[in-house]
This record gives sequence, structure tokens and C-alpha cells, in this order.
Amino acid sequence: MTDTPVLSVRNLVVEIPTRHGVLRPVDNVSYDIRAGEILGVVGESGAGKSMTGNAVVGLLDRPARITSGEILLSGQPIHTLKGEALRRLRGKKMGMIFQDPLTSLNPLLTVGDQLTETILEHLGVSQQQARERAVAALEEVGIPAARSRIDSYPHEFSGGMRQRVVIALALCAEPDLIIADEPTTALDVSVQAQIVALLKRLCRERGVAVMLVTHDMGVIAEAADRVAVMYAGRLAELGPVREVLTEARHPYTSGLMASTPLASQGHERLRQIPGAMPRLGNLPDGCAFHPRCEFAQDRCRQNPGPTLDTCDGRAACWFPLGADRKQEVGA
Amino acid sequence: MLAYIIRRVFQSVLVLLVVGLVAFAMFRFVGDPVDNMLGQERTQADIERLREQLGLDQPFIVQYWRFLEQAAQGNFGLSYRQGRPVAEILIERLPATLELAFVSGLLALFGGIALGIFTAIRRRGVSANVIMTVSLIGVSLPTFLIGILLIYVFSVELGWLPSFGRGEVTRIGGWTTGFLTESGLKALILPAITLGLYQMTLIMRLVRTEMLEVLRMDYIRFARARGIREKSINFRHALKNTLVPVITITGLQLGSIIAFAIITETVFQWPGVGLLFINAIQFVDIPVMAAYLMMISVMFVGINLIVDMLYFAIDPRLRVDRTAGGH
Repeated sequence: MTDTPVLSVRNLVVEIPTRHGVLRPVDNVSYDIRAGEILGVVGESGAGKSMTGNAVVGLLDRPARITSGEILLSGQPIHTLKGEALRRLRGKKMGMIFQDPLTSLNPLLTVGDQLTETILEHLGVSQQQARERAVAALEEVGIPAARSRIDSYPHEFSGGMRQRVVIALALCAEPDLIIADEPTTALDVSVQAQIVALLKRLCRERGVAVMLVTHDMGVIAEAADRVAVMYAGRLAELGPVREVLTEARHPYTSGLMASTPLASQGHERLRQIPGAMPRLGNLPDGCAFHPRCEFAQDRCRQNPGPTLDTCDGRAACWFPLGADRKQEVGA
Repeated sequence: MLAYIIRRVFQSVLVLLVVGLVAFAMFRFVGDPVDNMLGQERTQADIERLREQLGLDQPFIVQYWRFLEQAAQGNFGLSYRQGRPVAEILIERLPATLELAFVSGLLALFGGIALGIFTAIRRRGVSANVIMTVSLIGVSLPTFLIGILLIYVFSVELGWLPSFGRGEVTRIGGWTTGFLTESGLKALILPAITLGLYQMTLIMRLVRTEMLEVLRMDYIRFARARGIREKSINFRHALKNTLVPVITITGLQLGSIIAFAIITETVFQWPGVGLLFINAIQFVDIPVMAAYLMMISVMFVGINLIVDMLYFAIDPRLRVDRTAGGH
């Protein structure tokens, strides 16, 4: 494994100009994903998780756009690419998996058509070879009798099988990076586990870097190697999954963990974080989380707010939780 | 699928029976035909005899049944005005209307789909917006006005194209065609545009709306995320999904092109069935009116049936049995 991360996001800022001012759904976000590694990105709806993923593949819906920061794919900057150059990278270097397998597949084209089209687009192979590869791709994601099912239409597959087809489509041109945007949210719980296991297996076997966007802490705990917690467009915490889940440093992460039901907890009442995430157009000064934080102090309400860089590199918090939690950092 | 087709055919027959009833009722609403047929000097005996001859003494249901029986064989009786069998007159006039409808239909379909795709893909472009604005005129101007405007510009002012009639026609068997002579083709241009313009703008707007809708779908986004070329996304992934609703409307429009040909044919004095119908109304020529009504309804019903069949060809989701469905 080389030292260059497959994906390196550096101080990424995505802005949406509106009549009431400029919104920042992604604000100064930085992280790396190495080959064979799964980075989980969690947060509430609207925290900027999906927006980060869309920014990476260059599929931001107008008028959202990247205004500063860098996105490096295997060391090459891709945030400056446009149109045709970017299209060639999509599918070939980076694949994307969407939330709802029912709507991600074109209902009027067979699964084989959609696979071979993608393969032919990116790999210089013949029609015949493309079809063979398509069958292999379906087999790899665990579709039984792939050869006979390749000419089926999407509606002839069940939800879980469709998500496998979606994964096969995202992987068929052998990309180095997969961005999975809530890949399990629309599925039955029993199928979720299978899909997560499949993603994990493909990541290990192929050495693909995976960015797993989800709001499901269970999926993160199951699949991710490292986790990035996002809040109001900013990174709240970033670290190895074991450490973040067992000893959260950011009060938000800790609150998120406490509000996740675990079987081991018995019948204790779940805690919840008071209040709601602030609207992007109406962010408080300082740390965006301070109005909901039980540990908030004066410093938290003042600009500039805490970032990973100005704090301990793990949690964007002036007063991180943990052994020496009363110790103020960066002061 | 077979059950579906049988059900649709059954429904179509029902519709035709009702239309037949309307057509038949027309005869009875405009007075007793016996009065018209016998002169001033008639005796009650004459009237009775003729009534019996014509079957007018039979109960309503029996008369209706005989009307349907005759109509099904293409026999609508004699035209009051021309004294010839109505079927013969219709067949003679039909080629003109069908050729006009065919050309306008093609114009509307291909022009509408092409412009619809263009305006959807170049949503923000200047030319797309100009087309959209102009199309508003197409939708809101009445057909006869467009016809008269075209005549004014291209026949009166510029003198390029004839303002009325069908030009020279060639007879092939029982069919007369204007496609083979220069004057015939020239004469076709203005009426075809007049008749097709409204349908074209309608199809264009429909295609545009559907296309914009489809382009927002997840599978289009996913296709983009896989690096599929824009050309393939627009014309392979999106267009096919756009066409399902477009086909319904287009099919129905095809029927109305033939029906609405009445106005265009009147403006251009086009010797088709529409003009025949207008003239028939002026002379209260009931058999011709009834026959025209039946003919148009058969066409409408037939086209609807074909459109329903086309769904199966385009959308694979309709082809499978319901029981085999996913979840």
C-alpha cells in the first residue's frame, strides 16, 4: 500500500448562494481515505454528509458549488475538473451507490444493458467481453444464476438484490473509490446486514477505498474503520471507529451514541440531544453545537469556533470529553 | 395480457354502440323523413305504405338494430343531397383527409419530440426559451386564424404556395394521392402545418415536462455517477422513460387530428371528409353526418386500442404477470 490516500479532501467548502445570503452545507471539511479502508460519515439529516459525497464526484446540484479547498484522488486534484474530464473519472476511478435501489436503476433497460454500457464506456473491451464482465460483476456481488438473470429488468429483482445490482454497477469499471450514500437505509434490516457485509468484503478483496455515508450508528460500528461525525456542515469528530464509539470526545458524538438503542442497555430510557440542528442560514456564533451542549461555556459562543485543526485533531471541541475532560485545549 | 386485450375490445364495442345510438337518434330528431320524401299530394295510405317499406313502423329497438346491422356493413343509406350511397362518397373523400392527417401527424410527432428534447436539455438556453415562448402562440391561436395567417403570408404576399385545394392528384386504384405531383405536395404544406402546429406544440411541451421530470430521477443521477455520456443519458436513459406517457397523448392527438381536420379543411377548401361533413351540416344531410360520426368514433376507439398495445411494447414492467412481481 502506498502512502498516498485514495481520496484526500482538504478544507472543502461547498456554498449555496441564496437570496438570504450564502449557505455553507459543507464547511471546511478535511479527511483522507486509504485503499482498503472504510470511512464512515455520520450525522443528522442536513449535516452535509451526502453533499460532501456529491462534491467529490462532481455531482453537486446547482447552485451548490465548491468555493474552496481541494479534493485529491490518488494525489491528483479533481475539484478543478469539469465536464468531459470529470465524466471519464466517474465510474472508472470512483463509483457511487445511492440510497434507494428501487429508483437507482433505469426501469426500462435490462440489468445487463446498464452494466455493459458502463463497462464499454470505461474499459476498452469488446461487446462480448463486456457481457462476460457483467456476468462476473453480478456473480461477485452474490446474485445467484447471474448468467440467466443478466437480461432481466430491475423490477424482476427484490430490493436487496437490486441493491446488489447497484453495487455491481458502481464497481464494474473497477474504481479505486466507492462513495456509498446511505446504501442500507431503504432496505429491510436483515438485508442491511448482508449489504454491509458485501461492502466490507469487496473493500477488503479489492482494496477499494469506501466512503460510507449513513446516519445509522449500527452500520458504522459494523463496517467502518474510521468514522467522521458531521454537524451543521462541519466535522465534529474524526477518528478510528473503536475509539470514537467507545470514548467519544465531542459532546455531540456522545449524545448521538447515547440516543442509539443497543440491546445490551436493557430497558433504560434512551437519552436524546435536546433541540434540533440549527438551520444553515441561521448558525450560531462559535461552535455550532453550543446551544444544545450541556457543557457549553463562554468560549464556545465566541468566534472563531473550534475546528479539528485548532483542537486536538480528533474532536472539534474546546472542552473535549474523556479522562481530562475539564482540560481546555488549544488555549 | 390476452384478458386485458379482450376487455379493452369489449369496452371499445360498447363505446361504438353508444355512438351509434347518437348517430341513429339524429335521424329521428330532424323530423319525419317520409314528409320530405313524399310530395305535397300524398294520402295517408301512401304514408303508411312508405313507412312500412322503410321499416319506420317497427319499434325503436328494432330500427336501431337494423341501423347497426347496416352500418356494420358500411351501408349508411343515400345522401339526401347527392343521392349517392354515403359510403361511396366517404371513401372517395377519405384519402385527402388521411394524407393530410398523416403528414401533420408526422410533423407534430417528430417536430414535437425533437423540440421537446431540445428545450429540456437546453433548459436555460436562449433558443430554448425563444421556442417555448413561440410555442405559447401555437397553443393559444385558434387553428383557423393560423391557417388564414399562413395563407396571407405564403399565398397572398409571397405567392409561394397555393391557398386552397389539393392540387393535381394521381389515382392509384381506389386511392387518390397528392404525394406524387409537385402541385399536390405544394398544396399539402400549408394545411399540414396548420393542422399539425397545435399538436406539435402540445407534444413538445409534454415531452419537455416529462423529460425534465425524468432527468431528475435517481437512475439518471446514478448513470451520471457511472460516467455515462450525456448523449446516452439523454437519448437512451431518459428518452425511453419519457416516451411512455407521450405515446398515450400522441395517440389520442392522432385521432383528434383527423377529427379537427374539419376546420383546416374548411379554411383551405381541402376536399376531405371534414369539408364533406361541414357541407352536410349546412344541408342537413343526416346520413352523411351519421356516417361521419361513426367513422370518426371507430378511428378514435381503434387508435386508443393500438396505443394501449404499444405500452406493452415499451414498458417491460407491464409485460410480466402481476404474481411474479418483486416484493
